[in-house]
Amino acid sequence: MTQPGEFYQRDRSIQPPAFTPGYKTSVARSPRYSMISLQNSVSEITGPRFGHSDIDAGDNDLLTNYAKAGESPIGERIILHGRVLDENARPVPKTLVEIWQANAGGRYRHKKDTYLAPIDPNFGGCGRTLTDENGYFYFRTVKPGAYPWRNMVNNWRPAHIHVSVFGTGFAQRLITQCYFEGDPLIPICPIVQTIPDQGAIEQLTAKLDLNATIPLDSIAYKFDIVLRGRRSTLFENRLEGN
Amino acid sequence: MPQELAYLKESASQTAGPYVHIGLAPGAAGFEIYRQELGRDMTGPNAKGERIRVEGRIIDGMGAPIKDVLLEVWQANADGHYAHPEGGGEVEEGFRGWGRVISDFDTGEWGFDTVKPGATRGRNVGTQAPHLNLWIVARGINIGLNTRMYFSDEAEANAADPVLNLIEWENRRGTLIAERTERDGMPVYRFDVRLQGEDETVFFDV
Ligand SMILES: [Fe+2]
Repeated sequence: MTQPGEFYQRDRSIQPPAFTPGYKTSVARSPRYSMISLQNSVSEITGPRFGHSDIDAGDNDLLTNYAKAGESPIGERIILHGRVLDENARPVPKTLVEIWQANAGGRYRHKKDTYLAPIDPNFGGCGRTLTDENGYFYFRTVKPGAYPWRNMVNNWRPAHIHVSVFGTGFAQRLITQCYFEGDPLIPICPIVQTIPDQGAIEQLTAKLDLNATIPLDSIAYKFDIVLRGRRSTLFENRLEGN
Repeated sequence: MPQELAYLKESASQTAGPYVHIGLAPGAAGFEIYRQELGRDMTGPNAKGERIRVEGRIIDGMGAPIKDVLLEVWQANADGHYAHPEGGGEVEEGFRGWGRVISDFDTGEWGFDTVKPGATRGRNVGTQAPHLNLWIVARGINIGLNTRMYFSDEAEANAADPVLNLIEWENRRGTLIAERTERDGMPVYRFDVRLQGEDETVFFDV
């Protein structure tokens, strides 16, 4: 008989290190001493859980969740959908997925964003949902625009949607970004390039999903998210009380 | 030919960026959109235990407070139970033990109200001293930083804590211990996190 144990050790060879000089802001914001490696205790294998009383059904529809009645945001209508899985390829059900993004012109609805492109009066730019029992989630939104940022003088972010996911334990907590297949800005983005592994970058690139596209309505992109998996442990004395 | 293992790889992390508030705290970005923002009320109305406040700053390598940081807090209740099926026991109705906190855009100060957690069970035997689990994200932080906050008035429990004792350099353990003071009769713990420098806070690879 087995029971779930601790999470697999995080594979740091595919994760961005803290110190990445090409992304200048990381220089002063990166710890320099080695992290202390911690075998998971109850503090790491547990994490917050969310339910349908926390969010509303329309929170995952960015086409309508901030638009005036009868209006819609400007931009290419898309569906972003996929599954949250763990490293054992098992779905992660009922977990909270939150997203945020710029509008179709590359402008964020944020008091600190001063980019020239205009705010869209019908677009808030955030959404959230819970995965279903198969780990599946979807959002309706517009494809975000590329935008310039201060790093080197002429850096542009590829179109991207920021994604936050929980999982079942606090050790799985993850924030990442979803890119779009075919974007020529991906390989030259200093933030993308903090990731040391090409396969890991491809895993963050949503693929055009023609089968999920709604004819005459919206183009679909598929984006699966993988969280850390847990060991199945035999009843071991060493895990007493775990 | 060797068999392929069917494991997947964890998705790579990317920075939360400067506009993290839009997604996780839209009121701070400057607009209202959701019926409720999550993580504002850490304990619910029925939590037992001592009511406390925790305040601090996240300080960068230049000595400047980070003004666009977001922290999440995960903690046990006063009995040392997490609100989770494997959390060690029952918690009060409405207790989640999770909070989301952002720094002030002008000063970098953050703070939140909660209850002081109890000791939690240790990994093998014994207990862990009362602590808060913190996860820190911001522009310039490529992958969320995990650390813990312990309590200065728990010296005995801290001295026996298995995680603090993992830190080979005794002088670094103090970076995880918040100093207790009082304001208007309420306990206030001060916890400044230093990302670099001689007194760099201890971070954990969990
Ligand atoms: Fe962004």
